[in-house]
Amino acid sequence: MTATRPVSAPAADRVLPPVDLEPLRRRRIRRALVQLACVLVSLLMVVPIVLVAFAALSTSDELAEFPKSFVPSDWTLDTVRGFVTSTGVLPAFGNSVLTGLYTVVLSLAIGAPAGYALARHAFRGRDAYQVFMLMVRALPIVVLSVPLATIFLRAGAYDTVAAVTLVHTALAMPTTVLITASIFVAVPAELEEAARVFGCTRAETFRRVVLPLAVPGLAAAAVFTFVLSWNEVLGAGVLTIGHRTLPAQVLVALADSPQSYRFAGGLALVLPALLFILLMRRYLLSMWGSRG
Amino acid sequence: MRSRIPWLLLAPSIVFMLLLFGWPLVQGVLAAFRSGDSFTVDNWTRMWGDAYFGRALRNTLLLTVVVVPVQFVLAIGMALLLQSRPKLAGVHFYLWTIPLAMSELAAGLVWLSIFSNRGYLNSFLSWLGIAPDGIGWLDYDNPAGMLFAVVVAEVWRATSLVFVIVVAGLQMVPKDFDEAAQVFGATAWQRLWHVTLPAIRPSLQVALILRTILAIQVFAVAQALTGRNFPLLVGETYQWYVNLQNAAVASALALVVLAISLAVSIVYLRTLRRERA
Repeated sequence: MTATRPVSAPAADRVLPPVDLEPLRRRRIRRALVQLACVLVSLLMVVPIVLVAFAALSTSDELAEFPKSFVPSDWTLDTVRGFVTSTGVLPAFGNSVLTGLYTVVLSLAIGAPAGYALARHAFRGRDAYQVFMLMVRALPIVVLSVPLATIFLRAGAYDTVAAVTLVHTALAMPTTVLITASIFVAVPAELEEAARVFGCTRAETFRRVVLPLAVPGLAAAAVFTFVLSWNEVLGAGVLTIGHRTLPAQVLVALADSPQSYRFAGGLALVLPALLFILLMRRYLLSMWGSRG
Repeated sequence: MRSRIPWLLLAPSIVFMLLLFGWPLVQGVLAAFRSGDSFTVDNWTRMWGDAYFGRALRNTLLLTVVVVPVQFVLAIGMALLLQSRPKLAGVHFYLWTIPLAMSELAAGLVWLSIFSNRGYLNSFLSWLGIAPDGIGWLDYDNPAGMLFAVVVAEVWRATSLVFVIVVAGLQMVPKDFDEAAQVFGATAWQRLWHVTLPAIRPSLQVALILRTILAIQVFAVAQALTGRNFPLLVGETYQWYVNLQNAAVASALALVVLAISLAVSIVYLRTLRRERA
């Protein structure tokens, strides 16, 4: 297969010109370089995560050493345990999960119907609505976090999971609408029409025909929304004091916490990302493909 | 009857967004110009007079100007690499998109383990013998070092967003374009510049606007790496609200962020439209 020198003619009387292997060689080198570049980028992505994991699994004595050995000499869970048991971390974890789940439910409940309308109906004002959603998406979170904190304070809803949920839902809404629209577009309208012909009501059609087909996409959208809520720092930090989410808790504790706390916190915030992307992997491109 | 159904479906989202975006926006503008019950610009002079404001403004703009172009070059390069179908493409794609699900704060803490004084980078440099005592990357009197660290962390975290948008765009470009150019003898560079990039122009525009606006809002990365030593506008808003308990100045700062975001979006949209015409 891998001929490295010119192939000579089989019969002595018929001399073929030597095969030029140069293009093939160049192609191979190119392939090898592409392969190498890919591995390098992957290493660049992975090594920092591995390092923070090493740091989080080192003893605090070892963290204070310099120069530090790359692989910790004695592995320990003390640093991680110290983080998990420090004040507020476990409740904050619970708050994060709750906020994330509520945000998913609320944003799908409000956003999915809008997405369905965009996918199925041509109506006047459709473009205006889409522009409205895009504009909202371009607004920075700070602009609403600070005034909302004041509003919630007056309404007695400050420092609650509900308040954070509302802000996260508002943040997720434009994307939820766009993603669900692209999911419902992919469900053939003919199936819906067939169901109506066979006597299903509008609601039944939706529940028994459209929904089952849309479920995988909706699940991916749900994960996406959950991640958005899970990672959001600023709004959660501004809106809460006692009922913080995990990132807000870590952010507030940063200033007066030892390095070991920060690295263990970093690892705790990074690990879920590995799982989230694994769950969403197949849908990532279609989510961002639909013109954002 | 028929035309009322879509609006019934849209109504909840419109009402919700008006309540959670429109109302706070109005309240925020009012709060920034009010002290007690009277109109005032005191909040603005106070914001302006704060020693951190100028630095925060400069750092924010600087960070955006440096990070966004780097991310685009990297993201396009990564997308092209993946486009040429390397082995284990699926694994690479997974690894390159992990930061997409990572919070700013997490990315900052990850890079803190590398850039801190006794961190992995200094350990490595010391091991190489380049800097036996390490370099104070994050020292308060080393703005260049801090900028570098924040840029690296931010590039690492947010390039994957551009990458995914570009890959999605590339998938919609028919292969024939590239092949035709190849047949006519275009070099790889010419094909990229005259065929591939123009074909994914809409995706690039979306990514450019989105990324720039998000870059202006960065704060937790810098907070995790440097505390308040490398101030950014949104970080200052947080400081004024949470630590200094001054919602009025915080609102003023938030409006500055809003104004910059809007200005950038308008400039982008105008330039891009003019170029297309």
